[in-house]
Amino acid sequence: MTTATVTSASLRARRRPRGRSIGFHVLALVVAVVILYPGVWMVVSSFKPSGDIVGNVNLWPETWTLENYTSALGGIGGVSFWTFVLNSLILAVGSVVGVVLSASVSAYAFARISFPGRGVFFAIMIGTMLLPFHVVIIPQYILFNSMGMVNTFLPLLAPKFLATEAFFVFLMVQFLRGLPRELDEAARIDGCGHWGIFRRVLLPLMRPAVITSSIFAFIWSWNDFLGPLLYLKRPDTYPLPIALRLYVDQTSVSDYGAQMAMAVLALVPVLLFFVVFQRYLVDGVATQGLKG
Amino acid sequence: MRGATATSSPARGGRPRRNRADTKAGYAFLTPWLLGFGLLTAGPMLMSLYLAFTDYNLFRAPTFVGLDNFTALFSDPRFLKSAQVTAVYVVVGVPVKLAAALAVAVLLNARHRGQGTYRSMFYAPSLIGASVSVAIVWRAMFIDDGVADRIQQLLGFPAGGWVGDPDMTMPMMILLAVWQFGAPMVIFLAGLKQIPAELHEAAAVDGAGPLRRFVSVTIPMLSPVLFFNLLLETIGAFQVFSSAYIISGGTGGPADSTLFYTFYLYLKGFTEFRMGYASAMAWVLVIVVGVITAVLFRTSRAWVHYTGDVR
Repeated sequence: MTTATVTSASLRARRRPRGRSIGFHVLALVVAVVILYPGVWMVVSSFKPSGDIVGNVNLWPETWTLENYTSALGGIGGVSFWTFVLNSLILAVGSVVGVVLSASVSAYAFARISFPGRGVFFAIMIGTMLLPFHVVIIPQYILFNSMGMVNTFLPLLAPKFLATEAFFVFLMVQFLRGLPRELDEAARIDGCGHWGIFRRVLLPLMRPAVITSSIFAFIWSWNDFLGPLLYLKRPDTYPLPIALRLYVDQTSVSDYGAQMAMAVLALVPVLLFFVVFQRYLVDGVATQGLKG
Repeated sequence: MRGATATSSPARGGRPRRNRADTKAGYAFLTPWLLGFGLLTAGPMLMSLYLAFTDYNLFRAPTFVGLDNFTALFSDPRFLKSAQVTAVYVVVGVPVKLAAALAVAVLLNARHRGQGTYRSMFYAPSLIGASVSVAIVWRAMFIDDGVADRIQQLLGFPAGGWVGDPDMTMPMMILLAVWQFGAPMVIFLAGLKQIPAELHEAAAVDGAGPLRRFVSVTIPMLSPVLFFNLLLETIGAFQVFSSAYIISGGTGGPADSTLFYTFYLYLKGFTEFRMGYASAMAWVLVIVVGVITAVLFRTSRAWVHYTGDVR
C-alpha cells in the first residue's frame, strides 16, 4: 500500500501540469474564503463599535475599539464573567477525566478480554451511537431531579464517568486492536494480571487515543448547550454557552458588539485546542469512519 | 479496506481461551459502561416508554392514558409542523452537505502542496458549528440589514433578512449545516486515500475519462464510507437543537419555521412540563430514526461495495 501510494504520487507529480496546480489552489482558496468568512467577520466585529456591526460587510473596521470586551468582561446580572469561565472549565476538565477513565477501561474489556456476553454488549454499545440522545433526556431529568441534583454539575458529569458516549469507547477499542497482542502475552509471562497489562503496558501506549478523546471531550463539553440548559438554572452555575444566551436575551438587539466579544471569548479555548492539536482531531475523525 | 461496518465483532484473532478469571475481569473492566448503560440509557428508555402512555407533569404521579398522547400528537398542528421542518432539513440538508464534503474531498485528494492545511482549515467549522457563539454570529449575519441582506441587495435581489422570513429560515439553517461539511469531508478523504491507484490507472488505460473513473471506480470504492457518513449525518440532522434555539430566541419562530423536532420536544417537556407527551414524541423519533437506519442498512447491500478482508 505504501509503495503503491508513493509510486502513484510520483507518477502523478510527473504528469501534473503546472496549470492544474494553480487551478487547485484557486478553488481551494475560494472554499477557504467562504469557510473562514463568518469566523473572521465575528472576530473583527468584536472590535467594531456596536452600531457598526450589523450590515457592515467589510472586514476591516473603520475604528477599532476594545469597549465590547470591557462590557463583555463586566459579567451579567451581578455574576462575574470569570464565574462562567470557571464553571465551563470545571465541566470540561471533569468530562475529560471521566471520559478517559471510563472509556479506556471499557475499551480494554471489549478489545482484550474474552468473556461471555462481550459480543452482545459490544453490539449494544455500537447501537447506542445511533440512538437519538433526546429519548433519555426526560427520564434522566426526572431521575436527577428526584435525587436533588438539579443546579449541580453531577447530572452533566456522571454520564461521562459511566462511558455513555460510545464514540470514545469505540475510538479506544479501535486503537487497542491496532496494538500487538504479544505485548499482553509478554506482560502476562512477567506476572501481570489484566489490571497490570492495562495500566502498565497498554494505557501508556494508548496516549494518542487518550489525547484525541480528551480534546473532543473538552470541546464537546465546552460547547454543550442542551445539558446545562436543562440542569443549571441559577446564574452562578451557568457555563459560558448559557451565559451567552442570557447575554443575548438581556442586551436586546442593540449591543451586538458585546455579544460578538463574548462569542469570541467563549470560542478562544476551542480555537487554541484546534491550533495546537489539529492533527489529532482530524486524524481522530478520519479513523472513526475507517478500520471498523 | 474495510468500511464503516461498525458492528464487526471485537478482537478479531482473539484466542477462544476463556476462563473464569477472564470473565470476572471482563465484567470488572466493563462496570462503568454497564452501569452507564443500565442507569442512564436502558432504564431511562424503558421509563420514557412507560411515560409515553401517561399524563405526567413532574409534580403529580403519572396517570395512565393509553394511546392518548400518540393520537394527540397526530392532530397537533405544531407537532406536524415540527416533523415537516425536520424532514425538510434532513432530506435537503444532508445530501447537500455530503455532496459538498465529497466534492471538496476529491479536490483535496489531488495531493497538492498545502493539502493538510486546507484539510484542517475546512474541518474547523465542524468543531464550533453547534456552539452558541456561531449561532449568534449566524443570526447577526442573516438578520434584517445584516451582511446577507446587504449582499443580496447589492446583487439586485429583494431586501430583507433571513431570520425574520419564514421562507428563508430553512435555507439559512441548511447553510449553517453545509458550512460544517468538514467532518464528513475528512472521512471521505481518508477513504479516498485507500483506493488503490492501480484501479484508476487500469481504468485510464481502458480509456475511461475522469468522470467515468469517478462514477465507476471512486464511487463504488468509496461506498462504505459514503454509507457511514450518510448514516451519521442523517441521525445527527434529526437532533439539531441549539442553533435553532439561539437563532429564534428560544421560540422556534417565525411562524414555527425553525421549530425542529427536538426543539418542540424540549418546549413540551421542559417549559410546559408535559413529560408524557414529550416522551411519546421521543419514542416516535426513536422509531423513525430506527426505521431509517434499518432501511439504510437493508438497501446498503445493493449499493455498498466491500472489497478485501471479507468476513
